[in-house]
Amino acid sequence: MNKHVSAKMNRRAFVIGTAAVGTGLAIGLDLPFGGPAVVRAADGSPEVNAWVVVRPDDTVVIRIARSEMGQGSLTGLAQLVAEELECDWSKVTTEYPTPGQSVARKRVWGDFSTGGSRGIRSSQDYVRKGGATARVMLIQAAADEWKVLASECTVEKGVITHKASGKTTTYGKVAETAAKLTPPADVKLKDPKDWTIAGKGLLRLDTTDKTTGTMVYGIDIKLPGMLNAAIKDCPVFGGKVKSFDEAKVAGMKGVQKVVKVGDSAVAVVADTWWHAKTALEALPIVWDEGDNAKVSSETIAKWLAEGLDDAQPAYVGNKNGDVKTAMAGAAKKIEAVYNYPYQNHATMEPMNATALYTADKCEVWCGTQNGEAAFAAVLEASGLPAEKCDVHKVMLGGGFGRRGMTDYVRQAVAIAKQMPGTPIKLLWSREEDMTHGRYHPVTQCKMTGAFDADNNLVALHYRLSGQSILFSVRPEALQNGMDPAAFQGVAQSGEAAFGYAVPNLLIEHSMRNPHVPPGFWRGVNVNHNAIYMECFMDELAHEAGQDPLAFRRKLMGNHPKHLAVLNAVAEKIGWDKPAPQGVYRGIAQVMGYGSYVAGAAEISVTDGSKIKVHRIVASTDPGYVVNPAQVERQIAGSFVYGLSALFYGGCTVKDGRIEQTNFDTFNSMRINEMPKVEAVMVPSGGFWGGVGEPTIGVAAPAVLNAYFAATGKRIRSVPLRDQNITFA
Amino acid sequence: MANLTINGKNFTLDVEPDTPLLWAIRENAGLTGTKYGCGIAQCGACSVHIDGVATRSCGVSISEAEGKKITTIEGLASGSTLHKVQQAWIAKDVPQCGYCQSGMIMAVAALLSEKPKPTDADIDEAITNICRCGTFQQVREAIHTIASA
Repeated sequence: MNKHVSAKMNRRAFVIGTAAVGTGLAIGLDLPFGGPAVVRAADGSPEVNAWVVVRPDDTVVIRIARSEMGQGSLTGLAQLVAEELECDWSKVTTEYPTPGQSVARKRVWGDFSTGGSRGIRSSQDYVRKGGATARVMLIQAAADEWKVLASECTVEKGVITHKASGKTTTYGKVAETAAKLTPPADVKLKDPKDWTIAGKGLLRLDTTDKTTGTMVYGIDIKLPGMLNAAIKDCPVFGGKVKSFDEAKVAGMKGVQKVVKVGDSAVAVVADTWWHAKTALEALPIVWDEGDNAKVSSETIAKWLAEGLDDAQPAYVGNKNGDVKTAMAGAAKKIEAVYNYPYQNHATMEPMNATALYTADKCEVWCGTQNGEAAFAAVLEASGLPAEKCDVHKVMLGGGFGRRGMTDYVRQAVAIAKQMPGTPIKLLWSREEDMTHGRYHPVTQCKMTGAFDADNNLVALHYRLSGQSILFSVRPEALQNGMDPAAFQGVAQSGEAAFGYAVPNLLIEHSMRNPHVPPGFWRGVNVNHNAIYMECFMDELAHEAGQDPLAFRRKLMGNHPKHLAVLNAVAEKIGWDKPAPQGVYRGIAQVMGYGSYVAGAAEISVTDGSKIKVHRIVASTDPGYVVNPAQVERQIAGSFVYGLSALFYGGCTVKDGRIEQTNFDTFNSMRINEMPKVEAVMVPSGGFWGGVGEPTIGVAAPAVLNAYFAATGKRIRSVPLRDQNITFA
Repeated sequence: MANLTINGKNFTLDVEPDTPLLWAIRENAGLTGTKYGCGIAQCGACSVHIDGVATRSCGVSISEAEGKKITTIEGLASGSTLHKVQQAWIAKDVPQCGYCQSGMIMAVAALLSEKPKPTDADIDEAITNICRCGTFQQVREAIHTIASA
C-alpha cells in the first residue's frame, strides 16, 4: 500500500513509451517516501488505504478501478471490500480514481481494464485484501487509543467494541489515526462460506440516478465554454480524406470550425451538436477510398471459404490422436459448413468523449472500459507527458467490448488540440457508430465427424477460417503468428477449454483478415465457436441416432464441471420429460472466461419461419457468485444480446463499407420477443470465473438446435433475417 | 425563437423550427436525462410525454411541440416524491447501464396512466424500446408489481 506517497512526489520520472500505450503502462518512477503523510480524498477525509476512505460521519468510500457499464461489478467489488472491511453496507459509497492518479501512485489501483469478464475475478484478491487491511488498521487505532490489545476488540458494521471495558467507537472516529499506522504485512481473507455482504443479491449502488435522469454519461458532460463536434470518418475502412469544402458550411448557424481529424476524418465544431451534425451533412467531402472499396461480403466469403480447404495453411489450436487416419478407417462421416457474420456492438450511447487541451494540460471525460488505455491514448494524441494528462471516467451507456477501444478518445483530443483552451465534446451519430465499429469477427467453419460401426464418435475435425481479433488489436499477443484466442471454447486447456473427449481431434484456424476492423464483442470468439461446435454436436447426435444430451454426456466423462452445468439445465428444463405439445427443445454447453455454462431453449415454430421462444434455462458455474441478483441479470442480458445477434444482427460489407446504418437495418430484440430466462447458479468454488460474457455462447446454439428439433432443418448461417426467419 | 413548456416551466429557446425536440431539450433547455439513441424514432431512448402521450422526441420538430405540455424524466416526480415507476425501478433494481431507462420509464408511465393493470400482451404492445443490456425481464416484473400494488 502506498499510503505514504506524498502529494508532492517527484513526477519527472514518468516515462511512457509508445510500447506501453494500450498494453498497460510500465512506468519508471522514483517514489520519494516521505514521512507518514496521510493521503486525503478530495473532501479531506483520510485514506486508510487506496481502496478505503472513511469520512468522519462513518461514510465509507470504496474506490473502484474497473468501469461500470451495467454489468454490476461496481456493486460487486464494493461488496467484496465491504465484506472484509466489516463496515455498514448502508453507509457505503463508491468513487473512481482517475488513471492519472493511479499512474502517479505507481499503479496503486492495479489494472483498470474492464473486459474479458475480468472485472471481479481479476481483482477480487487484492480488493478483498484492501478491505481486510483497512479493517485491521481501524481496529488497531481504536485499541491503541484504549490501550488494549487489538485482538480483544471486535467490529460489526463499522462499530468497534472492547467487550471487557464496554468501550465502543466507530470507523469514522478512528480513521484519522488508522491512516497513520503501518499496514499489516499480511491479512487473512474470509472463507466465502462466511460471507454476509458478498454472495448476497444486494441492490445495486447506482440505480437511483438512472431512474431520475441525473446519471451523467459521457454524452451529458457539460463544461464552461464547451463546443460540440460531429465527425465523419472515411466510410471505407483504411480510406483517407482527399479534400473538403469548408466554405460551404462556414456561414451555417452555430458553426465555429471545420477540422481534419487524423488523415481519415473530418469534424465540424459548433455551438450545439445538432448544428454541428447539420453542417457536417452539408459539408462536401471527397474521399480517397483506396483498394478496400472493392471489398464486399461476397469477396470476403469467397476468401474465407478457400481457407476451409485443408491444402491451405492453418494454425493448430487443439489436437490429439490422428484425425486423418481415423477418418480414413471410419464407418461413416458427416460434414457441415457454418458461418457467422460481423456484428456491431450498438451500445445504446453512441461513442463520445469530451476533451480540453491547453499547452500544458489535456483532460478527457468519457465512458471507457479501460481507463489506462484511454489515458495512454490521451498522452499519445496530445503529445503531453503523463503528469499533464488525465481521464475522468463516467458511466458507460453500454460497453460490450466497444469501449475498450480508444479511437473516439484520440479523435476528441485531436479536435481539441486544434482549438486550445476550448472544451470539445465529440459525439458520434448512430450512423457513424454503426459504420465505424470494431466488429465481431467474420468466420466460417467446416466440421467433419467420423463414427465407428457402433456409432461412437472416433474423429472430429474442426476447421475455422476467418478473422483474428488479436492480429488487428494486439498483434504482440500472437504466438508465432497464431491467435490463441481464436480457439476460445474449443481450446486444449485453460479458461475456455473444450469439454469433450474425442479420441482423434484436430481443431485449426486458417487466419484470414479482411480490412474491416475487428474487436472484442461480448463473448468474443466463444460466440461462433459455440454455435459451430454445439450445433455440429447436435448433428452428430442425430446422425448417431442418439439423444443430443445423452450423446454429449458420453463424451464428457473427463470434464465433470462442463457436465455438471449441462446436467443442471437438463434437469431444470425437464429434458427427461416430454416438452409441451408443439414445443421443441435444444441444448448447448461451453466454457469461457473461466466459467462453465450451459443453456436450453424451448421454442415453437410456425410455418417454418416464425419462432416463438417460450423458455430459456441457463446455468453457470463461475466458482463463486458475488451477487446472485446481478449474475441473474447478466445471464438474462446475455441472451438478449446473443439472440438479437442471431435473429437480427449481422453487418454486411458493400464497396468496402458497412451497409447497416441504424437500428432499422440492425435491429435488436424487444420485450415481446424475450421469454423469461431461468438462471441456475451452481458455483462449485475453488476458482473465480467471469459472468458477463460466458452464457452468451449458449444462447444461439440452444435455439438453433431447438429449431432443428421442431423442423428437421439445420440452420448453418447467421443471422436468421437473411433466411426470412424471425420472431413470431 | 421557440416557446416550449417543459416540466411545467416555460422556456424561450434560440432554435430553428425544424430542430428535433430531443436536441432542444438536451442542448438548449439543458435537460440531459432524455437520451439520444438513434435519431430515427426506432429505439425509444428519447421518449418524453407530449400532452401525456409517450413520444419519441427525436422525431418531433420544435414547431410541432410548441404550445404542448412536455414532460421529461426530470419532471416525472412530484417534488421530492418519485413517480411510482421510478420507485418500482429502484425496488426491483431494473437498470443495468441505465442509458435507455429514461425512455423506458416514460413509456411505462404512459402505459400505466392509460392502463393501470396491463396484461403481458398490453406490455408487449406498448413497450417497444430497445435495451441492449437486456433488462426486459425486470421491466416486466416491475410493471406487474406496480399494477398489483
